Amino acid sequence: MHNFLFCPVLALEPNKLLCYATFNKNIFLPSHFDERSEKKSHKTEKAKKIINMVSNIKRLKKKGLYNFSIVLFFVMLFLTSASLYLAAAKIDYVWRWNRVLKYFAYNNTVEIKTETDGTAVIVSNDKGWNIEITKNSEQNIYFVPKKAKLNILDGEYVYKEGIIGSYSELKAGILASGLWLTIKSSAIATIFGIIIGLICGIARLSSNPFFKWSAITYVEIIRGSPLLVQIFIWYFVFGSILDAIFASHDFTRIEPIWYGIAALAFFTGAYVGEIVRAGIQSINKGQAEAARSLGMSGYQCMRYIILPQALKRILPPLAGQFINLIKDSSLLGIIAIRELTKATREVISTSLQPFELWFMCAIMYLVLTFSLSMALQFLEKRSLIK
Amino acid sequence: MIEIKNIYKTFHTPHEVQALVDVSCKIEAGEVVVVIGPSGSGKSTFLRCINRLETANYGEILIEGIDIFSRKTNMNKIRAKVGMVFQSFNLFPHKTVYENVMLTQLEVLKRSKAKADKKTVYLLKKVGITDKAKAYPAQLSGGQQQRVAIARAIAMDPKVMLFDEPTSALDPEMISEVLNVMKALAKEGMTMVVVTHEMGFAKEVADRVIFMDYGRIVEEGTPEHFFKNPTHQRTKLFLDQILS
Repeated sequence: MHNFLFCPVLALEPNKLLCYATFNKNIFLPSHFDERSEKKSHKTEKAKKIINMVSNIKRLKKKGLYNFSIVLFFVMLFLTSASLYLAAAKIDYVWRWNRVLKYFAYNNTVEIKTETDGTAVIVSNDKGWNIEITKNSEQNIYFVPKKAKLNILDGEYVYKEGIIGSYSELKAGILASGLWLTIKSSAIATIFGIIIGLICGIARLSSNPFFKWSAITYVEIIRGSPLLVQIFIWYFVFGSILDAIFASHDFTRIEPIWYGIAALAFFTGAYVGEIVRAGIQSINKGQAEAARSLGMSGYQCMRYIILPQALKRILPPLAGQFINLIKDSSLLGIIAIRELTKATREVISTSLQPFELWFMCAIMYLVLTFSLSMALQFLEKRSLIK
Repeated sequence: MIEIKNIYKTFHTPHEVQALVDVSCKIEAGEVVVVIGPSGSGKSTFLRCINRLETANYGEILIEGIDIFSRKTNMNKIRAKVGMVFQSFNLFPHKTVYENVMLTQLEVLKRSKAKADKKTVYLLKKVGITDKAKAYPAQLSGGQQQRVAIARAIAMDPKVMLFDEPTSALDPEMISEVLNVMKALAKEGMTMVVVTHEMGFAKEVADRVIFMDYGRIVEEGTPEHFFKNPTHQRTKLFLDQILS
């Protein structure tokens, strides 16, 4: 009877039908439902789910709606990209995707040159050749690795600045090093963000006003001001002060990237702190009471009982926060850190291929964020099974 | 062993409630005291004050002569000697049954692993949960969970056990399995303070019954006296309602 009642709604909203069908498995599949209650092993559950999904698809297929929706999706994708291509053609833009590659990696030719002239003696060993160049009992030794091509013969007289060997090696391009810098700075900022967030979240829940108010002040300041401004403050205010102090004590100055990482870490820390606080508060009060009633100290209770459970719960919002962090790292270009976005801008100014390069840039961020969210989803699933 | 002297407790949130008013009593070693009373009468607060999960506004509680509301008292040491079993079990859901019983032995009592393991296996056998040692609490029935919670508390070798309505959250058919474990404990001479609605248990096991209402101890006496000829009018009314 239910089925008939919902039919008109379902025909319009395929999603609802899926939900409805999954929710009411027993209505559609009474036999599976019975089996399910008997066997509780995880694998059979999974198999049942797939069977259910397939049967749902079958139901939709009958109406033709499912196939039509799939086709519609791909048509939409095709139309969007085609219209973009046509629009680009309209302004006479020539796509040259092959030019993008060299900004990731390129062949660099390394030449080994002599600094003096003289007679060359070639001594070969496992790793390559040692070239001894002697003139008037003055001897210089040059090393030529095995992968190189040797340009001279044994006993030959070489002139100053002569090329005795050359080889080409693959070098990382600007985009590759920009990508690496993005990964590096977000990874370091993530680690510090977690540490700051944990401390902040716990301090926020402390009954001691010093810790509690410090945490609240920190969170409110960070959340209430734009990240771009915070980066400027870190670099131009704290950076200038520290540079001046370091200069007067003959220390080397700190690289700008560390100010950028600090800004990102403190920014993320505030959000992680709020997530941690919510996670801890979501744990049933009885857990802490049970732990304390067994004689655990506040620290032990937090360490063994509350945090492990809270961390499991806050994994999904944390994943979102770290994905934001990766994207926010694109702002670091503003203080002369050549991360992915800044690198892309520099490459565009030399290559004049903005369309390909901006798409490339976006795709690389997408790859980073997507793999991070996949990894965290995997972690989450594993902890759920446990 | 436990001496409770004139404690008062008032809750201010959400609105002012006098949970305990001038409650005094003494609990001797080896005694089983059952606390009964209508809901909201302060039984649970009374129990929770004994291991300072609640702090009384006024009065003092001495456990083996140590004032537990004093700032100088190391409450963790006292709590390790006072086991508590909750209405909602409060097992640690991220740890297996075995780990639940092991954890505090290792972390609080600093027992060696071998010794703690021996104790855990012995206690799980005692409460009748040997085959589920590797299961997580969510995979257990309510009765099984409560028995594990009792094992977890006994593993600390407590001097006294507090039970806060241990059977109230259970299906009727699981109540007896938990009560049997508690009876066995009482027979071994454990000092117990039990807040419960199980009158059968009170009749059979209790050395003394305390009846509370509106935060006060209304009547106190042996089960015979209590169930056969209660003196106080309020007690009579309560027992009539609960036993009929």
